[in-house]
Amino acid sequence: MFSGLMLNTWITASIVAVIAGMTGFFAVLRGSTFAAHAIPNGAFAGAAGASLIGINVIWGLAVFAVGGALGIGALGRKARHDVVTALALVLMLGLGALFVSVSTEYAEETYSLLFGEVFGVSTSEVLPIVGLGLVSAAAIALAFRPLMLTSALPEVADAQGVSTRKMELYFLVVMALATSMTIPVVGALLMFSLMIGPAAAARSVTARPGVAMALSVAIALATVWLSITLSYRTNWPLGFFVGVGGAVFYLIGQAARMRA
Amino acid sequence: MSQETAQHKTEQADLLKLEGIGVRLGGRLVLSDVTFGIRKGEFTGLIGPNGAGKTTLLRVILGLQEPSGGQVLIDGEPRQAHHNSSIGYVPQKLVIDPDMPLRARDVVSLGLDGHRLGFGFPSSRRRELIDMALRDVGAEKFADARVGELSGGEQQRVLIAHALISRPRMLLLDEPLANLDLKSEQEIVALLGKLARDNEISVLLSAHDMNPLLSVMDRIVYVANGHVATGSTDEVVTSEGLTRLYGHHVDVVRVHNRVLVVAGE
Repeated sequence: MFSGLMLNTWITASIVAVIAGMTGFFAVLRGSTFAAHAIPNGAFAGAAGASLIGINVIWGLAVFAVGGALGIGALGRKARHDVVTALALVLMLGLGALFVSVSTEYAEETYSLLFGEVFGVSTSEVLPIVGLGLVSAAAIALAFRPLMLTSALPEVADAQGVSTRKMELYFLVVMALATSMTIPVVGALLMFSLMIGPAAAARSVTARPGVAMALSVAIALATVWLSITLSYRTNWPLGFFVGVGGAVFYLIGQAARMRA
Repeated sequence: MSQETAQHKTEQADLLKLEGIGVRLGGRLVLSDVTFGIRKGEFTGLIGPNGAGKTTLLRVILGLQEPSGGQVLIDGEPRQAHHNSSIGYVPQKLVIDPDMPLRARDVVSLGLDGHRLGFGFPSSRRRELIDMALRDVGAEKFADARVGELSGGEQQRVLIAHALISRPRMLLLDEPLANLDLKSEQEIVALLGKLARDNEISVLLSAHDMNPLLSVMDRIVYVANGHVATGSTDEVVTSEGLTRLYGHHVDVVRVHNRVLVVAGE
């Protein structure tokens, strides 16, 4: 279970879990969970487009994810955030539908982009994922305090010269970067559940922000490791275990809170 | 305030001065020719009906709203970004859900260095400063509780501690008494009065009802109809003065040490 290709699986999945735990913590905190859903799913359409014109899917993912994040951030200033997010999502999905229909041999790759192919990560794919992962993690850690401040006290932050709008844009772009790196591994749908479940569970267990983020990462790691093991043993899809795992951890967290 | 201290304060220079401020929102002139000053350690009530432009005025002072005319002076010089640290701001309320992982002490800590990069690792010095700020506002009992689960009055105390920890010279509060029960209201007013007196912090507080503030207010800035009238409560809050300001007849009635402003015929 720990040799050759499987070693790549463990490494990349662990990095994805760390990034999902960190960005998910702020997505839940800032009420950006809908954007966390829209960006990975919209980015999937970019991958379809990239594959159609014959370039590496990572570029399609990056362009659509970052473009979607910038669009949501820019338009969200004037209109309601959720409406703009929904529009960005349907626009990108619409394009995705077109790309998939034009392409002839896409069905299998579509499936893997939505649900991931964590058991088929090649050694050459590991390095870019590690690199982008480190960049995303550093970007979140670096902006931890301004992100907290703008989440809890937006007006005060603006008055202190920390622009709420710029921090929102910054966060969306980091989420987009994290997304474009993780989709080929865990898939768009799984990335979303890995961002929300652990973060939501962590916040109901502890009131300390730093500890909550660390716990969110720990739960994401536990979910991923457990899911890989179970998926390897049972041959059931990884996505099933990640999705169920996220929900179970959340319910355990809620139960712990009720008793406290 | 007595005649003598009033005399003394007029000789003192203004810490904050608004000169001929006008504000245009969506093409409409909502405030024009607003001029008033605030001195060190003075408690000023920014009073007026809802929608009169009190929040807009606070936003101008905070540098969040560009005035269409006039200027804001701090220590006699035009307001710039480096003045941000002299002004502490207490928003009307926290916009967070009850299970946000953020304790009262974390909110205060964000006031200390929330604008800095990185995590801000705990140290005994930080802890001391935060504990002191929480004690100053009487919030030590719920220092480790989630802020989202605190009452309105408790949240106000935490927000005041958040604003005070960076040692501003001026405290701006936007309707801090709205949604508070009577007891919390009195406690918060007493706390702010004490801060102004003992720590010489200038307090500018907006409210639609002046009555809870009558005992602590040194000066009133009354906003109505796009203009302000300023002075002591007795000077400003008169039937003639407010009728002129509102542009239609109002009666000022004093009963049992309360002031009521009533629209006339």
